[in-house]
Amino acid sequence: MGYDMSSKTFNKELDLKKLKPYGDTMNDGKVQVSFTLPVSNDEQAIEAAKELAKKMGVENPLVAESIAIDETFTMFIIYGNLVHTVNYDDIEVIALENDVLSKYEIEDYIDENFTKNIVVVGASTGTDAHTVGIDAIMNMKGFAGHYGIERYRNIDAYNMGSSVENEEMIKKALEVNADVLLISQTVTQKDVHIKNLVNMIELLEIEGLRDRFIIIVGGPRINHELAKELGFDAGFGPKKYAEDVASFFIKALKKD
Amino acid sequence: MSKLKLSKDKINEARNYATDIAMQTQEFIDVHTTVTVERTICRLLGIDGVDEVEVPLPNIIVSQLQDSGNLKHGVATYIASVIKNEKISIDDLASRIMSNNLDLNEYAPLRKDEVIKILQPYITESLFKIKQNRIFRENQQLKYGRKSGPLLYVIVATGNIYEDVVQAKAAARAGADVIAVIRTTGQSLLDFVPYGPTTEGFGGTYATQANFKIMREELDAVGDQLERYIMLVNYASGLCMPEIAAMGALERLDMMLNDSLYGILFRDINMKRTFVDQYFSRVINAYSGIIINTGEDNYLTTSDAVTEAHTVLASQFINEQFAHKAFMKEELQGLGHAFEIDPTVENGFLYEYSQALMAREIFPNAPLKYMPPTKHMTGNIFKGQVQNALFNMVTTATNQSIHLLGMLTEAVHTPFMSDRYLAIENARYINTTMKDFGNEIEFKKDGIIVNRAKQVLDDSITLLEEITNIGVFESLERGIFAGIKRPRNSGKGLSGVFKKSEHYINPVLDQMIEELKEEL
Repeated sequence: MGYDMSSKTFNKELDLKKLKPYGDTMNDGKVQVSFTLPVSNDEQAIEAAKELAKKMGVENPLVAESIAIDETFTMFIIYGNLVHTVNYDDIEVIALENDVLSKYEIEDYIDENFTKNIVVVGASTGTDAHTVGIDAIMNMKGFAGHYGIERYRNIDAYNMGSSVENEEMIKKALEVNADVLLISQTVTQKDVHIKNLVNMIELLEIEGLRDRFIIIVGGPRINHELAKELGFDAGFGPKKYAEDVASFFIKALKKD
Repeated sequence: MSKLKLSKDKINEARNYATDIAMQTQEFIDVHTTVTVERTICRLLGIDGVDEVEVPLPNIIVSQLQDSGNLKHGVATYIASVIKNEKISIDDLASRIMSNNLDLNEYAPLRKDEVIKILQPYITESLFKIKQNRIFRENQQLKYGRKSGPLLYVIVATGNIYEDVVQAKAAARAGADVIAVIRTTGQSLLDFVPYGPTTEGFGGTYATQANFKIMREELDAVGDQLERYIMLVNYASGLCMPEIAAMGALERLDMMLNDSLYGILFRDINMKRTFVDQYFSRVINAYSGIIINTGEDNYLTTSDAVTEAHTVLASQFINEQFAHKAFMKEELQGLGHAFEIDPTVENGFLYEYSQALMAREIFPNAPLKYMPPTKHMTGNIFKGQVQNALFNMVTTATNQSIHLLGMLTEAVHTPFMSDRYLAIENARYINTTMKDFGNEIEFKKDGIIVNRAKQVLDDSITLLEEITNIGVFESLERGIFAGIKRPRNSGKGLSGVFKKSEHYINPVLDQMIEELKEEL
C-alpha cells in the first residue's frame, strides 16, 4: 500500500451541493467498506467483492484484506472512491427538539419542578409479545449501559410487559394515577402497529382522557413524525434510551 | 502465594458470613417446592411432549394438582399412585394426559417408600442417561486434552437454531471453545418450556430440548474434525430454572447460566420462587458435571464498577456457598465478574486487574467466568476493539477460566459472523503474545493494585456481615444488591411456590443428593 502517489485532478473546493466523503483530500470520496461473502477466500471471491463495491458506487476498489473466517465465508476490508454526492442544502430533518439530560440531571429536575414522583406506565401493546423495547427503556438493567427508568430515584415505573390490551393499559394508568404512558411496538408486519396505535388514541379520546397523560410511542420503525401524525406527544426510534424519553416527558409535564 | 497480599483471615471471615447466609436461606428452601420443580420431576421421570395446543405435558400434570391444592404433596406421589392403581407405564400415563383422559387428583398419595419403589426404574433410567453424558464429556476431554489458558466463549443469537449452527461451527473453526446460544427475549418469564426445533426468536433462540439436541450434535461433529471438545451453554434461569437444567443434563450441555439472585433483581422474579428453583437446578447441574456461570457481571451493568465492586465479591461468596449447599464441586462453580469500569476513569485498568486477580486468588479452583465490557461500548467499533483488547489482557494475565469474548459491535447489533471472528482473533493474539505475563510480574506492596484489592475485600466483609444480620430476604427488600428493591411477596412466579406437606417427596432430588454426597 504505502503512499498514494496518484495525481489528484479533481476539484478540491468544498461544494455542499455535491457533498462527498473526505479521506485526506477534499472531494477524494474515500470510503471504507467491510462485509462478508459466503464463499471461499480466493481470487474469484476478491473479484466478486470488487464488483459489489463498484455497484455500491465505490470506484477503484482496493481490497486491503480478504480474510477466510470459515471454510466458505470470507471477510473483506475495502477502500475506494465513492462516486455519489448529495446536496447538503436539500437535506431536511424533522426531529424531536429534545435537550437530553443525564439520569442525575433528570432526577434533579424532577426534585426541583415537581412535588411528587412522576408515575410512568409502560407496555408493549396489542398482540406484540416483545418486551425488548419497553424493557430497554424501563427495566433496571436498561440497555447498552443506559439505566431504565425503574432505576430513577423519583420516577415510579410500572412495566406491564407484553401483549397488553389498550383498555387494560388505560385502566392501569388510571389506577396508579399515571403521568406518562410509554407504548412499545416492535412487530410492524402489515402495519399492525399503526392500527393498534390509532386505536389507543381513539379510546383515550372517547373517554376524554387524551390530555390527562403524556403519551409516547417507541420502536424500531417509529419516528417522531409518524408519532405526531397518529396523535402521540412524541415518538422514539432506534438508539434512544431512557434518558431521551425521560428528558422529553419531564419537560412536557412541566409545560402542562 | 498471594500477589495481592490478601489476608487469609479476612477471606475466611467473608466465607463464614456467606455460609451463614446460605444456611439461613436453605432452611426456607428445604420446606418449599414450586411448579417448575415439580415439572422437572415429571421430565426426569421421562414425561415430555405437548398436547394439541402446544401445552407441555409436565405443565398439564402440575396444573391439575395446583388447581386442586394438592401440589404441596408433590407430583411424584401422584404419578406413582396412578402407575400402581392403573398398572400402566409412565408412557401410558403421558398419553392419557395428552388425550385429556386422566386426573391425577383422583389417586390417593402413597407412602414415601412405596413412591420410591414404583418410580425407581424411571429415575434410574434418567440418571443413567445423565451419567452417561457426563462420562462421555469427560472421555472426550481426555481424548482431545484440556486446554490450558482461558476458554474462548462466544455467543450466537440468530433466533433460528439452524442458522445458529452455521454461526457456531464457524466460531468453533475460528478457535472458540465454548458456544452459548442466547435465548429469545422474554423466555425467562415464560412459565413453561417451549417444545421442538424453533426458527423464530427475537434477539436469541428459544431454549428447547430439541434445539439443545440439534446444536449438540453439530458441535460434536465439528469438534471431532477439529479434535477439540466444543462446549455448549444455555440458561438455567428465569421461571423454568430446574427444567432447563434437566433438559441440559439430558442433552449434554456443558455450562449453564445459573445465578441465585439474578432473576430476582433483573427479571423481577419472586425471591422465594428463585431460591427454591435455583437449589434444584444447581443440584442437577452438580450431578451432571455442568459448570454453572453466575451473574455478578450484571450488577455492574446497572451499578458503578468502581464503587460497587465489593457487591460483586460478596455475591461471589454467596453463590459459592449456595453451590456448596447443592453439593457442587468448586471445579463447577463458574463465578462471574466483569470488565465494566468507565474508560474515562484514571487507572481504571489497574482496578480491573486488581479485581480479576483478587477473584482468582480467593477462588483458586473455580472456573471464573469473566465478562467483557458492554456498558461503555459505543458505536465507535474501532475504540471498542481497543476496549476488548484491554479486557483480553487482564483475562490472560490473571488466568481467568471462561473468557467471554467482547464484540466490537456490542452496542450496535447481535454479532455478525465477522464480528465473532475478529473477537476470537483479538483474544488469541493476546493470549499468545502475553502468555506468561501474569507469572512474570509482582506488585508494589502499597501500590494501587494491592490496596484496591484490600479495600474491596474489606467492603465486601462489611456488606456480608450486614446481610448475615438481616438475612437475604430482608437485604433484597432493602435494595442492597445493585440498588434494586424487591419485596418478598411480589414479583413473577410467586403463585407457583408451595409449602411442602409432611407427605411430600422428590425422589429424583433425594437420589441425586445421595450420590453426590458419596462423591464429595
